[in-house]
Amino acid sequence: MENKLVDLVHITKYFDNELILDDLNLSIKENSFVTLLGPSGCGKTTTLRILGGFLTPDKGQVFFDGKDITNLPPEKRQLNTVFQKYALFPHMNVADNIAFGLKIKKKSKEYIDDKIKYALKLVNLEGYEKRDIDALSGGQQQRIAIARAIVNEPKLLLLDEPLGALDLKLRQEMQYELIRLKNELGITFIYVTHDQEEALTMSDTIIVMNQGYIQQMGTPEQIYNEPENAFVATFIGDSNIVDGKMIEDYVVEISGKKFKCIDAGFGSNKAVDIVIRPEDVEIVPPNSDKAILHGRMTHVIFKGEMYEMLCVTDDGKEWLVHSTILHEPGKEVGVYVEPFNIQIMNKPTSDDEAAIDPIEDEAED
Amino acid sequence: MNSKLRNQLVATPYTIWMIGFIIIPLLFVVYYGLTNDANLFTLDNVISFFNPIHLKSFVQAFKLAFISTLICIILAYPIALIFRNSKTKKTSFVVYIFILPMWMNGLLRIYAWLTLIEKRGVINIILTALRLPNINIVNTETAIILGMVYDFLPFMILPLYNALIKINDDTLNGARDLGANELQVFTRVIFPLSIPGMVSGITMVFIPSLTTVAISYMLGGGLFLLIGNVIEQEFLTTSNWHLGSGLSLVLIIFIFIVMGITNKFTDKDEESNLI
Repeated sequence: MENKLVDLVHITKYFDNELILDDLNLSIKENSFVTLLGPSGCGKTTTLRILGGFLTPDKGQVFFDGKDITNLPPEKRQLNTVFQKYALFPHMNVADNIAFGLKIKKKSKEYIDDKIKYALKLVNLEGYEKRDIDALSGGQQQRIAIARAIVNEPKLLLLDEPLGALDLKLRQEMQYELIRLKNELGITFIYVTHDQEEALTMSDTIIVMNQGYIQQMGTPEQIYNEPENAFVATFIGDSNIVDGKMIEDYVVEISGKKFKCIDAGFGSNKAVDIVIRPEDVEIVPPNSDKAILHGRMTHVIFKGEMYEMLCVTDDGKEWLVHSTILHEPGKEVGVYVEPFNIQIMNKPTSDDEAAIDPIEDEAED
Repeated sequence: MNSKLRNQLVATPYTIWMIGFIIIPLLFVVYYGLTNDANLFTLDNVISFFNPIHLKSFVQAFKLAFISTLICIILAYPIALIFRNSKTKKTSFVVYIFILPMWMNGLLRIYAWLTLIEKRGVINIILTALRLPNINIVNTETAIILGMVYDFLPFMILPLYNALIKINDDTLNGARDLGANELQVFTRVIFPLSIPGMVSGITMVFIPSLTTVAISYMLGGGLFLLIGNVIEQEFLTTSNWHLGSGLSLVLIIFIFIVMGITNKFTDKDEESNLI
């Protein structure tokens, strides 16, 4: 049985009378890699800063390892943070940066030297002790920031978009590095990002946030394959979100045609939202038995690993289609979706949920 | 090649300016300083810097400049720190209020102080009205230090503020995160990172204080001969240009040494950041 390491209880936070976090409740298990994912202004960074002790919640409590740390200053918390950028001490060299926390704790020189060596080895920067911070690349600086944090042996490492300032190639490389580090250190990581691919690659739990609310918490597979609402579906990858009607259990109507599905318990003749991932929209010959909807291909873009295409069905609905097979614009086609690829969601009921705009804003905080 | 030529063309007026108004006058100072009335080479003028009267003026100027610089640091640091930490849009406005006096003529500012601290000045009129004992600081070292601090304080605040504003908030958060309390954050991160700004400030307060003529003359009532006043007298009253130049030469060399030491601590771009 894994223990709860972090417990956020009824956390509410305002900035200048603007509600940033609204009654947030969140438990994080020991030794997990949790990602807070959401667009800017969703409250993910605020959540992390409350955990780090740089912000105090207006309401609610923060528990860490069973103790209430809501009002504990950052220097007294058994966790460390890796900031987005510029958080290294520019007037110190690499070794002094890493030693900072240990010197404050008055550790012996031998202990500190050992730790520096160990940490630099861990982040693959052996021999960099005497380098100036200015002389390091962005990726190297971020590795030093991680080394500086982990020498303090925190139980929890908070990472605030640490790869945000790096270029794509380096970012992907660092993602694997972080997974490796997490496994070698065996500590809990809480990672904040607006990059859904990063979240899917690294985490074992993803918490999708928007407008101060948790939209969904689950494994990457759950978040991707079974989004609970339209926001999650749009934010994580591309998707077709269409109106439909649940005729009865296991049968749903889309564009006036009946599709088999694997969902039940929605009632009969009930309006629902349906998510179908673009790679799950199957283009079949129009005269085939499988074709349920009929339409015509309109656009195609070559994306490298696949073609991104648009198909307009007879009722005027646009479908985003991802496939390795090219279907030329103008071609008459049939559309089919496997039952297990149809994800059915209740229409938003409460005002809170209705307020959720599925905007795909990836701007940085 | 073309752009090099253009750069040279653009630089020409400045080159002429520098040669005409800085290099040539300086060469005159060197010439006069190293010759006597008969236009013969001599080191007497330079050596006379170390004659007790001149040395006393220099030591006194050094002492007052040193105290003023120290007071400027003590006053400017908290102000600069408060400016840095206040993240409102009004901050830059407040900073401008502080440097506003710099837009006024320095002599006028000193005159203003004179009317305030005179025996029958504004401050004493108010004190009398309140039946409090009068102050009597005009024509004292205190008055000169007051003038120096008032005149040069903005030159300490600005570079300090510029150095502090460059420190990223997350750098400080990082220090807290690693276990430093607020005092340790200051001593281990904020202070070391502000040293380049402070050194710039020291250069810009100490050197003009050391060489001032007007402040000591007006607020000291002519009772204090600082090294600047001595040099001024040699040129204007005694008309001994050779001695005046000789003393100036030693002072210039001393300032070069001071700047050479301070430059070791300064960011290259610090001074250019002023305003």
